Amino acid sequence: MDVRLSPEQHALRDAAAHVVDRLGPGTVAGLDDMERSGRLADAVEVSGWLELRQRAEDDGPLTSVVEVAIVAEELGRGLADVPFVGPVMAADLRRRAGAGLADAPETVLLDRTLSWPARSLNGETPAGVSVDATEGRAALVLLGDETASRWRLGLVPLQAGESRLDLTRRSAVVKDGAVLAVLETPDVLGEDHLAAWMALGLALSCADLVGVMRGAFELARAYASTRRQYDAPIGSFQALQHLLVDAYVAMEGSRSIALHAAWAVDALAPPDALAATAAAKAYCARAALFVCETSVQVHGGIGNTWDCLAHVFLRRALLSIELFGGADTNVERVLAHHGIRTPVGSSHGLR
Amino acid sequence: MDFGDAPAEREFRLRLRAWVAEHNPGLPASSTDDGYWAGQAAWHQSLYDAGFFGMSWPVDVGGQEMPSVFDVIVDEELAAAGAPPRPSVGYLVQGFLEHGSDDVKRRFLPGIVNGRDRWCQGFSEPDAGSDLASLRTRADRDDEDYVVHGHKVWTSYSDDAEWCLLLARTHHDVAKHKGISAFALPMRQPGVRQRPLRMINGITKEFGEVFLDGARVPAANMIGGPGDGWALAMTVVSHEREPGELGYVGRYTKLVNELAARVRKEPDAFGSEQVQSLGWAMVEAEMLRLHVRRRLSDRLTGLSHGPEGSVDKLLMTEVEQVVGHAALAVGGTGVGSDDDTWLKVYLYSRAQSVMGGTSQIQRNLVARRILGLPVA
Repeated sequence: MDVRLSPEQHALRDAAAHVVDRLGPGTVAGLDDMERSGRLADAVEVSGWLELRQRAEDDGPLTSVVEVAIVAEELGRGLADVPFVGPVMAADLRRRAGAGLADAPETVLLDRTLSWPARSLNGETPAGVSVDATEGRAALVLLGDETASRWRLGLVPLQAGESRLDLTRRSAVVKDGAVLAVLETPDVLGEDHLAAWMALGLALSCADLVGVMRGAFELARAYASTRRQYDAPIGSFQALQHLLVDAYVAMEGSRSIALHAAWAVDALAPPDALAATAAAKAYCARAALFVCETSVQVHGGIGNTWDCLAHVFLRRALLSIELFGGADTNVERVLAHHGIRTPVGSSHGLR
Repeated sequence: MDFGDAPAEREFRLRLRAWVAEHNPGLPASSTDDGYWAGQAAWHQSLYDAGFFGMSWPVDVGGQEMPSVFDVIVDEELAAAGAPPRPSVGYLVQGFLEHGSDDVKRRFLPGIVNGRDRWCQGFSEPDAGSDLASLRTRADRDDEDYVVHGHKVWTSYSDDAEWCLLLARTHHDVAKHKGISAFALPMRQPGVRQRPLRMINGITKEFGEVFLDGARVPAANMIGGPGDGWALAMTVVSHEREPGELGYVGRYTKLVNELAARVRKEPDAFGSEQVQSLGWAMVEAEMLRLHVRRRLSDRLTGLSHGPEGSVDKLLMTEVEQVVGHAALAVGGTGVGSDDDTWLKVYLYSRAQSVMGGTSQIQRNLVARRILGLPVA
């Protein structure tokens, strides 16, 4: 056991950090700079990061999920307004089904809770939500046979999505019965494929959340060191120090469990990978909400204005929390893996 | 980047698993039942004699000089088998290793590591808790000995210990943290009187107080030089903060497994809030297991042991107290039954945010030394 990143993985992290630090929005006003966001999209396109889960010569993916998570984390930290998790998930699904490469940009369709993939049992498009729904993108959807245990792939065209919640990524709602094309693929997907693919979605949403926490935390730490009240930097007050430390500690626990989640997707049997990534998602979902809310609080009045980046982190976290299920849904998945069914009428809420 | 076992780790794990299946003494938990201590020494010695204790410590004090990942494997396998956790003496060992002379290390470390000698830690005093450097116990030179007067409290295992790692003031005209020296004090002597204290969950082995009235300790039993006691104390408490050093990951996993077994046995007896509470305990225990692995890997690079121990202590405290709440939720308070074990687990968990430095002290340390926040 040695869970340190390899030199190549460190280099990948540096490269991704360099791209988001140079081409990420940087400020709330920067979100409206179309020339910049276009250059960011181009940089991600040429980097090859969207292709990391495509098929290699040995039929496996080009890289492990650890590499993908490294990129996802940096993109989250820098509030990168560019599709990543959606297209990577689509490429991974195509590979598992033995399908060829997509002709046009793709993402995936989830059900309306965003906790599960959208699944069709009658050949029609199910209602759902698609993330990373930029102009001209289509979404992969699972088409089941009568046993609902073997799945083929379909393709739904998307309307360009909205970014009402997450100002950095677009989501589109798909109504049921929309146009659907069936993909001819050599393989059908079984329950294990689906579990491993869900685990990928959970691991990548954890990576994004860890990145978002790092960004939101650093924003707050820097502000607390410079903002002065009572003739002293507010970061010198013990009440604020303890709040920031609690956020930092939640982030450190998240990093450890999210790192394991990224490793687990490829290394563990699919049901174990799903349980490991669900545990990580439960932890990271709760932590991210706390860290981002703390960042808003530390910024005081400024933190409650549109022009402060703190809410952009919080909004991005809220979407990543929902992706493949939030804290409660994933605690239930962990319990299920231990043979424990959660009674109906569970208390809900993010914390 | 690999969380999995290397071949040598796998071989060790399987060998240990087979051994534990044969040798699990089935002791009750130390945190809830004084009966644990009747068998603790034998368990420590049995683990040691079989080659499963002190994995990462130097060979010449009885260790095996293997990577600390082997300690993690021991924790995991003991927990999975429902065996008692690894005895927590790592922080004593580290204090001696970093600050003791060769003579002191040779005389005291083998007995600590092999479990033949039992030790308590004489740090805190009635008026020196978080502000440890204000301690008033004094040691005055008298020929080849020091003579000690003072009062120590919250001293774990003082009733069983043959030895005490004692902090006492030897210099009175310097800054308060510069006048402290550390000693290996023999407990069985006329000048030492100890009294067990009862913890809030009723156990009496965890806490004690020690009255020192003319106790004698040879000058040759000083650890480090005169006035070096504070540095040793900081080493000991920083290791005392670390779940990897304490073997606590195994303790939490074992408790969670026992609670899960209860729910599986009688699924309809538990409501959603109880089950959710257990689910969070599972998530938290898993987080700590993986966090310890990440920290141990960082240390392979030679990253030294610094203030991040305070982060780990805060995480460990969070886990212990979430597990404590699950114990209360699933195990119950014992009202209406004759089993108050889980109540004791819960009550014991409240001490984690105090012992080894309160959570408030840890937060001060992290704010200053890791986050670099401005000083008031």
